[in-house]
Amino acid sequence: MLTFVVRRVLQALLVMLVVALIAFTLFRFVGDPINQMVGLDTSIAERAQLREMLGLNDPVVVQFVRFVWHALQLDFGISYQFKQPVVALIGERFPATIELAFVSALLALLVGIPMGVYTALHRGSWLSTVFLTVSLVGISLPVFLTGILLIFLFAVTLGLLPSFGRGEVVRIGFWTTGLLTASGLRAIILPAVTLGLFQLTLIMRLVRSEMLEVLRTDYIKFARARGLSERAVNFGHALKNTLVPVITIVGLQLGSVIAFAIITETVFQWPGMGLLFLIAVQNADIPVMATYLLLVAAIFVAINLIVDLLYAVIDPRIRVEARAA
Amino acid sequence: MTDVNPELPRVLLTRRPGRLAAFLDHDLVYSLLHSRVTLVAAAVTLTIVVAAAFAPWIAPYDPFDLRQLNLLDSHLPPAWAAEGDRRFLLGTDDQGRDVLSAILYGAQISLSVGLLSVVLAAVVGIFLGLIAGYAGGALDSIIMRAADVQLTFPAILIALLIDGTIRALSGEGRNEETAFWVLVLSIGLSSWVQYARTVRGSTLVEKNKDYVLAARLIGLDQTSILFRHVLPNVIGPVLVIATINLGLAIILEATLSFLGVGLPPTEPSLGTLISIGNKFLFAGEWWIAIFPGVTLAGLVLAVNLLGDWMRDALNPKLR
Amino acid sequence: MKKALLSVRDLRVEFSTRRGTLVAVDGVSFDIMPGEVLGVVGESGAGKSLTGSAIIGLIEPPGRIGAGEIRLTGERIDHLPPERMRRIRGRRIGMVFQDPLTSLNPLYRIGDQLVETIVTHTNKSRAAARTHALALLTEVGIPAPEARIDNYPHQFSGGMRQRVVLALALAANPELIIADEPTTALDVSVQAQIIALLKRLCRDHGTAVMLITHDMGVIAETADRVAVMYAGRIVEIGAVRDVVRSPLHPYTIGLMGSIPKPDVDTPRLTQIPGMMPRLTAIPTGCAFHPRCPRAFAPCAIERPDQKTHGRAEVACWLFQPTRAAAEARG
Repeated sequence: MLTFVVRRVLQALLVMLVVALIAFTLFRFVGDPINQMVGLDTSIAERAQLREMLGLNDPVVVQFVRFVWHALQLDFGISYQFKQPVVALIGERFPATIELAFVSALLALLVGIPMGVYTALHRGSWLSTVFLTVSLVGISLPVFLTGILLIFLFAVTLGLLPSFGRGEVVRIGFWTTGLLTASGLRAIILPAVTLGLFQLTLIMRLVRSEMLEVLRTDYIKFARARGLSERAVNFGHALKNTLVPVITIVGLQLGSVIAFAIITETVFQWPGMGLLFLIAVQNADIPVMATYLLLVAAIFVAINLIVDLLYAVIDPRIRVEARAA
Repeated sequence: MTDVNPELPRVLLTRRPGRLAAFLDHDLVYSLLHSRVTLVAAAVTLTIVVAAAFAPWIAPYDPFDLRQLNLLDSHLPPAWAAEGDRRFLLGTDDQGRDVLSAILYGAQISLSVGLLSVVLAAVVGIFLGLIAGYAGGALDSIIMRAADVQLTFPAILIALLIDGTIRALSGEGRNEETAFWVLVLSIGLSSWVQYARTVRGSTLVEKNKDYVLAARLIGLDQTSILFRHVLPNVIGPVLVIATINLGLAIILEATLSFLGVGLPPTEPSLGTLISIGNKFLFAGEWWIAIFPGVTLAGLVLAVNLLGDWMRDALNPKLR
Repeated sequence: MKKALLSVRDLRVEFSTRRGTLVAVDGVSFDIMPGEVLGVVGESGAGKSLTGSAIIGLIEPPGRIGAGEIRLTGERIDHLPPERMRRIRGRRIGMVFQDPLTSLNPLYRIGDQLVETIVTHTNKSRAAARTHALALLTEVGIPAPEARIDNYPHQFSGGMRQRVVLALALAANPELIIADEPTTALDVSVQAQIIALLKRLCRDHGTAVMLITHDMGVIAETADRVAVMYAGRIVEIGAVRDVVRSPLHPYTIGLMGSIPKPDVDTPRLTQIPGMMPRLTAIPTGCAFHPRCPRAFAPCAIERPDQKTHGRAEVACWLFQPTRAAAEARG
């Protein structure tokens, strides 16, 4: 089991290294860092001096190592636009994105899984058709369109919910949360639903197709042949077998939720990392872009790792393989 | 006197309907014609595609011809509303552009980007997949590792990265004309992985089959084996992926344009139009954003339905 | 005369497809006596498994029982409401499938699966059920059951898994077990053990068995009577000894001739020319007539019913007067 864990961790580190290489390439070779940092009137001699000072003339490998070393100390340089340390910029907006991602994922799971189970068990019913139609619409609507429509309906026409911002936030240590205030809670509803809708769709379809597959297996047939009740068969056996692969895929989806938050944050002017990244892309602010990439990669890789290990814990077949490995 | 074969007319009569009946009876066509939902979806898609393709001829105005624009015509609501003008069926935007024409041209651009990027992704993916599967060894490992790393990230992130990088590389004076191709490139390159994986899998399976071994024994070179034997077997799954990807590509392009890193207002896609209209939603001028929005949603929905149908029809397990 | 445990009359299983209704089991009739082993033999696609599934009520749509009666100790069970049928399954009729690996839920320990089945059908507490489960495992020949009861299915070998499956099927002590190709997925060496186990268990519990297989050797070893199926119909049914030594129906003759016998010197094995027809193209009259070496005029026109001939039942015009002949006799 230990070898299995170690192997997976090493794989994760390898991926991180590759991503770091890409980030470094972006930093160093895309555009000229010097030109980005200084004004137009800086002389060529001064630029050369700056270049030497920043170690930009050293061999590439040395620069890469230095880059990784700084990264490990959370030093990612200065943003071209804002002239502030990147890590401070991102750090300040990190909680907003994470809260949004978390709430939307929770929403999607709590609604999506039951919907998926229902449509698998009651295949011809009208409610299933309704759910499936909703899911089709959910997959076809781009996130930004959902956001706009929701704003138009609830904020502009009905005036019930705010259309931008995070509301009041409470600071706890280095974290800021909007979940403890009324205005914060009201502010997170529309963005969370927007971000959650497409996830809900995916989860529902996934649960449905997995469950339909499981219901066709021999062991379900045998369970019925043994006279087990429908409830025991559907919820005791089928559901458990369905949720195991679903959990892993959902876990992997969490990563992309953070990426899709970019869109949601833009539509709702939500002060998170995604919005920051977008502005960086629009202005070719390489340090912010590259750091965001690294951070998101780290989150993805960590989630993948956790999901893999979780799978090993839940599915006994993999546990044995892992032990044998 | 020549003898006309009395059997002949009967033969002719019985052959042709046979062919047509067989075509209509084929599983794919049958399931299409008998599913009302799919028929509607196909009709919608066809309408939008044809309208988009012929946009320059059927649009009432050219919304990008600056000479035709009149600021006095701006902010007009749809024709059926109180202050509407019959000349502009769906209203006008802040520049006086006819929304209907803008949608037609916009749909053309959205579809073009979508289709081209899918083609690009498919070509790159099939190519790399064939190589990885057939060559095996180190080449296979490298390609698959790259695929794994890229797969960890959602397409939008990769597309944004590629776009931002190109932006940085080309400096300040970025040409708006290249926006179209930059988009095709970034969207296309962000989605090659699924094709590569599927094709690689099929190639691995086919590689070991007897007919490939036989072809090699005869002396056929690798490339022709790949193209003539392995490729046809792979087309089915690729088509399925392509249909899913087309909807995603259209959404991705719209999203990027909406975010301001896609097509500019001078050459707007549906996404750009929506982002322009977004600014006027609060002022109550909903038509500038909603009509393009509905068109976009309708197009993607129709494409997805067709994709669903094709997947079900091609899936041997569901027959 | 003992009363039949299971009585099937004119059973018809059909599928509605867009090409029309396909009949997979067409008018099948047979009885199973308490404690007897009835073998059902035939090629793949002959309708054997569907007959078994129909009896236990597990036919999936678009399939359905189109006609006929199935009686269990006299009561009809073919169109019972689902809840009543569920109570019969496991408790009075059990079923065992071909592949033991896919028959067991991989995420549950076998002990839990056993206890669940026992608790569903009896009033036992979980503790008592566990003791019962251990006893069952011993009975099916799992060594060191206390150690293995908390194992997962994939931790057992194929033969052991099938023993567990048998234990599960017998957990509530049913009167009839339908065994659908129970040894096909196992190694040859293990097959004999499982068959012997099945025989012993059923003898000890007095359980009747409907043994579905395409392996005539297994039938010869285990069954009391055998039914030969072809294209969804029964062509011959009788005591195993009779059918094997003196088969009546031309198909059965061909079948017996195609089995290599180690003690008899046969220069050539019989081969029945052609293939069993697909469901969409079943011949008129007797389904076997295109391949039958003894076919004659009525075979292509009218379908023969199962009629008693001596100690067996045969569906063949060679053994019963055709309507034409009967009319000619006046």
